Amino acid sequence: MTSIVWQRRRAAVSSTWREFTRNRGGLVGLVVLGVVVVLALLAPLVTDATGLDVTKAAGDRWQPPSGEYWFGTDHTGRSVLLLTWWGSRISLLIGLTATVLSVAIGTLVGVTAAHFGGWASAGLMWVTNFFLVLPSLVLAIALSTVLPRGIGTIVLAIGVTSWASSARLVRAQTLSVEARPFIERAKVLGGGHAHVIGRHVLPAVLPLVFVNTTLTVANAIVAEATLSFLGLGDPSMVSWGSMLRAANLHGAVSQRAWWFLLPPGLGVVVIVLAFTLVGRALETVLNPRLRGDR
Amino acid sequence: MLRHVAGKLGGAVAGVAAVVVLGFFLFRMIPGDPTVTMTRGRQVDEAQIAELRALHGYDRPIVEQFGKYVGGLLRGDMGTSLFYRRTVAELIGERVGPTLLLVGTSTLIAVTLGLWLGIRGAWRRDSLFDRTSTGVALLGWAMPAFWLGMLLSMVTGDLFPSGGMRFSSTPPGFWPQALDVAHHMVLPSLTLIAVVYAQYQLVMRSSLLEEMNADYLTTARAKGLRDDQVRRRHAVPNALLPTVTLVFLHIGLVVTGAITVETVYSWPGLGLLTYEALAGPDLPLLQGTFVVLAGSVIVMNVLADLLYQVLDPRVRAS
Repeated sequence: MTSIVWQRRRAAVSSTWREFTRNRGGLVGLVVLGVVVVLALLAPLVTDATGLDVTKAAGDRWQPPSGEYWFGTDHTGRSVLLLTWWGSRISLLIGLTATVLSVAIGTLVGVTAAHFGGWASAGLMWVTNFFLVLPSLVLAIALSTVLPRGIGTIVLAIGVTSWASSARLVRAQTLSVEARPFIERAKVLGGGHAHVIGRHVLPAVLPLVFVNTTLTVANAIVAEATLSFLGLGDPSMVSWGSMLRAANLHGAVSQRAWWFLLPPGLGVVVIVLAFTLVGRALETVLNPRLRGDR
Repeated sequence: MLRHVAGKLGGAVAGVAAVVVLGFFLFRMIPGDPTVTMTRGRQVDEAQIAELRALHGYDRPIVEQFGKYVGGLLRGDMGTSLFYRRTVAELIGERVGPTLLLVGTSTLIAVTLGLWLGIRGAWRRDSLFDRTSTGVALLGWAMPAFWLGMLLSMVTGDLFPSGGMRFSSTPPGFWPQALDVAHHMVLPSLTLIAVVYAQYQLVMRSSLLEEMNADYLTTARAKGLRDDQVRRRHAVPNALLPTVTLVFLHIGLVVTGAITVETVYSWPGLGLLTYEALAGPDLPLLQGTFVVLAGSVIVMNVLADLLYQVLDPRVRAS
């Protein structure tokens, strides 16, 4: 049985891929993401992390871009290029882990609510709707204020506040899958909850979850930048948000230090756009109603 | 119908109650009590902590503290700010006005702009206008509000004031003051609009696209209505309904934007107050802004739900 199942799945994946490559925006996004991730991974191999240390800053303060410092220097004389490069690591790391947490909570809540039904479902959906409406940044701010500063806190604060929309999506999809006859067949044959969920519901729901993930990453990266900008990030780490915080606090605007302001912000914009493009392309592949050639 | 409204209002009360409970336990989540958070990174001895604890009543049993907190909230008492040495309610009262002004104006303009662009884009799908405006919208949506704010104030230079709400040198009297506030509000509201209008546009666009192939539009055209009339009288009203709910559902995002935009431009609203409360951290103040911001967003959503009942004849009838 399994070999046929896997054959079909492999065929589905390759046809999805073919459909995806037809979407120009999605491909561009994917290539950009690939480049950014490779650069972020290469940072420790290609560059020297000591340049991030304020006490070992080599350049003058607020130096505009030059041959030596391509992106100029910040208020302490550190290279903005180096800061931006290393900052991408934290932004990506937090964006991705927070997304994994958020999507995991969302999937768990969504599948549980749809599969078990009854009072548990009503309660879970009430909580989901509550979190959906609640301004997530306000809650994330409160959470990261009371917890000790650090990467873990930021990941937790973003993950715990952003799962509601995935929970709703997963619940709707689970309900529609569970209404199909093969689920009834599995139950009649004696399949328990674990079997039905693990073997039938999850494989059918996961593609949707995956699409949702790419869109959630974009939100998580902006959320990380925002929390760090407000001073709630890990003080020992350079991230795009903390660079922008420094720019704001040390008067980059009045210094007209555009070279300190542009790179971290553009970094966020490029990554968020790339994830959004990939997510929208995947959405089009999985939802034929959105395709142009109707 | 009446039962439905009562149900919604009950839901609103439950939602606000949940915010109140969350507001209490959130700040007591970590082991120990809030004094641990307040004194983090400072040199304090046991006696000082004990004094702080007694001052804020953290030495009382948790049930008693909770009762006191809820009782206070009902009377409009949210405690005293550690930093300002004034009551939280008073501080929030001062800051509500500027935030309402900024968020209200920006939302109004952003919704109008977003709906207009969304309708035009969907009606001429895949035209140059549609593709450009969707692209620009996505770009705005991808930008962190505070970054755009800093860029705008750097690019415009001395054209607009870069912070605050009014100059102290402005003469008293309604018009000079109003003009001064408007002058200060240009950049913050531009930033907020640029960041939030995209969602309205994209939702309106896709919801109108859903309607585009509907039979009733063919009927309307067959009747001999002009294209413009088909759009205005038939397609748009139907597509507007789902958009309205989403507009209100996303009001939380506008609040999020307001916090960072107010921080960048020192706009004296609730967002800036929240940011100022982070520095201490001034926990009573932070708790107050949390309850007020989250609570009002929840109330707004219930209002939107009720408005939806009035607007949609299908729901009204059932």
